[in-house]
Amino acid sequence: MTHPYARIATLAFALSLGATGTCLADITVGITVSATGPGAALGGPEMKTVAILPAEIAGQKVKYVALDDASDATKSATNFRKFVAEDKADLVIGSTLTFTTLPLVDIAAESKTPLMATTAGAVLVEPVDEKRRWVFKIVPNDRIGAVALAKYMAKQGIKTVGFLAFNDAYGEAWTKEVNKAFPDNGMSLVASETYARTDTSAIGQVLKLIAAKPDAVFIAASGTPAAVPARELREKGFAGPMFQTHGVASPLFIQAGGKDVEGTVISAEPFVVASQLPDDNPFKKVALDYAARYKEANNAPATIFGAHLVDAMRIIAAAAPEALKKGEPGSEAFRTALRDAIEQVKGLYLNNGLLTMSPTDHCGYDDRSAMVMKVEDGAFKLIQ
Amino acid sequence: MDGSIALSLVQDGLVNGAIYALVAVALVLVFAVTRVILVPQGEFVAFAALGYAQLQGGTRPGTAGLLVALGAAAFLLDLIRARGRPGFALLLRGLGTDIAFPAAVYVLVDRVAPLRPGWGADALLTLLLVAPLGPYLYRLAFRPLADSSVLVLLIAAVGVHLALTVLGLGFFGPEGFRADAAFGGSFALGGTIVQAQQILVVAAALISMGALWLLFERTLVGKALRAVAVNRTGARLVGIPIALSGEAAFALASLIGAISGILIAPVTMLYFDSGFLIGLKGFVAAITGGLADYPLAVAASFGVGIVQSFAAFWTSTFMEVVVFMLVVPVLLLRSLRAPSVEEEEEA
Repeated sequence: MTHPYARIATLAFALSLGATGTCLADITVGITVSATGPGAALGGPEMKTVAILPAEIAGQKVKYVALDDASDATKSATNFRKFVAEDKADLVIGSTLTFTTLPLVDIAAESKTPLMATTAGAVLVEPVDEKRRWVFKIVPNDRIGAVALAKYMAKQGIKTVGFLAFNDAYGEAWTKEVNKAFPDNGMSLVASETYARTDTSAIGQVLKLIAAKPDAVFIAASGTPAAVPARELREKGFAGPMFQTHGVASPLFIQAGGKDVEGTVISAEPFVVASQLPDDNPFKKVALDYAARYKEANNAPATIFGAHLVDAMRIIAAAAPEALKKGEPGSEAFRTALRDAIEQVKGLYLNNGLLTMSPTDHCGYDDRSAMVMKVEDGAFKLIQ
Repeated sequence: MDGSIALSLVQDGLVNGAIYALVAVALVLVFAVTRVILVPQGEFVAFAALGYAQLQGGTRPGTAGLLVALGAAAFLLDLIRARGRPGFALLLRGLGTDIAFPAAVYVLVDRVAPLRPGWGADALLTLLLVAPLGPYLYRLAFRPLADSSVLVLLIAAVGVHLALTVLGLGFFGPEGFRADAAFGGSFALGGTIVQAQQILVVAAALISMGALWLLFERTLVGKALRAVAVNRTGARLVGIPIALSGEAAFALASLIGAISGILIAPVTMLYFDSGFLIGLKGFVAAITGGLADYPLAVAASFGVGIVQSFAAFWTSTFMEVVVFMLVVPVLLLRSLRAPSVEEEEEA
């Protein structure tokens, strides 16, 4: 299926080539994202970001081939194989969801093509073994956000927490982290429930949470569906503080939740609150630059999801000069050298945080990468 | 669990159940008349709810363009079927209902939407946008297959469902919408808080079903539909146009879908792909009624709604499992009561 976005991406690439004509030494980047299907809220902005990715890095023209995998794990794998076989891709970026990215790990190792994973699942890069050597993760591990929030909550004197999560990979990953981070900080989970992204109501779960009388409620969900239980909690008279994950870091969540999500505290990437950072903060320039270019190209506010692609290319830009010394793009020597060089990337300020890769850590963000913020007057305000 | 929690759960179950009941009634109606299992019924609900929310926001829903396109396509198909020699009556009817009407709706919505005319006008516009989808889809996708087996019709229905879901993503985007309630009030009743909109949902659903009952009992069109449902060949022999009755059944289905959508838009958040699950739960209820028994289907719908909210309370992880497992004992029971299931007679 040719997706409309794919055509835009191809067009953009064709235009960028127009000036010089095709040159064999172009770096080829395959991109597979979930622009349609359940992952569309995340993958849509990612696809729209392809057009503003850098046309040149380390003096080399870059060719982007972007395909939609429709939130389908079979399709993302097919896309990857196509990138390898037809496009001779030097690296692949994708996919949007953890389960559409998992099958890519095997193909990355088998074809010796570095994969820049743009989803949160820690399982993609932990532990770094013979296969996962080829995989790097752009999205910080959930652990960083969970720990930051747990520490903040403990400081507020919260002792008991009601927990509500998506019944999918996202919710499960957070359940795992929360079950560790909260007890570590002296809090106990008094109720743990799940709900589905498409549920028309979560009243049953909400009532059960309220019945457990927790000091606070933590919701691990993403996008507008995260506002559903938040509104119902308030409707059913829950007055305590509410906490959410970085999955809601978009204006659409606040729009959907209205006054019921005022005061909600989340932890998220520096990108979300870039404009509130002091001018000398290195995160600020990175994030505002992407936000401005996305807005110009799409006439819509940028989200963190598209920023994953930009961050991936910044890492590549940092690693490519070293790799180009060892091989010509399109060759196995180049891909291997690129992989080795990415492991050496150090102290890079990205939309997602401060990154230092190493041979044992392929998602090397440190604790400074998680910022705690609160919804105030319909916007995210940085609180620490 | 104490009394007030149980009451809240029942209340939530009844509101959801009312929507499932409307879906189930539409499914039974369409299946009885055309033998189509109308998978896209949920899409009508979602399109109406999202369109209604968009109208409230002052924008023209993307489905307006869909209406124009489907109307033109249906007209074109009629012309092709007439082998290039369309009668004058066909041309006139086609130009009126397939070209002029959708165009008029489009212009009307385009002009009126930015004025934010209030919930009454929004609801009316939503009905105009969604209700005609049914007949157009019938003429495009199902009438050419009208004599095929139930299985072929089901596959066509799944195809239409998939197409509408993808179009929905284009029209409404991936994020959810929740409309503002027409009547924002709420009051305490026996230890629980009831919102006026929830009363409205249940009341409007019951009124719609009552109106449907009157239609079937008291009007010629309704009786013709029942006749086709009972025996297609017999109905055709006494001169009831089968194709037209199919169109009427689909029109009723999309009208019911539009009403359900407008009703739940303020109660819950919906997404472009929410329709399928709503349709599926309505289908569980319709199956309980053997895809033939309206009162049983309605009762089962409320049952599904209540089971769902209690399952969500007790074991939220397995909520959907519990709801859809209901089908197994129901089918067992039905097969025991009527051991030989007759295949639909070929017309």
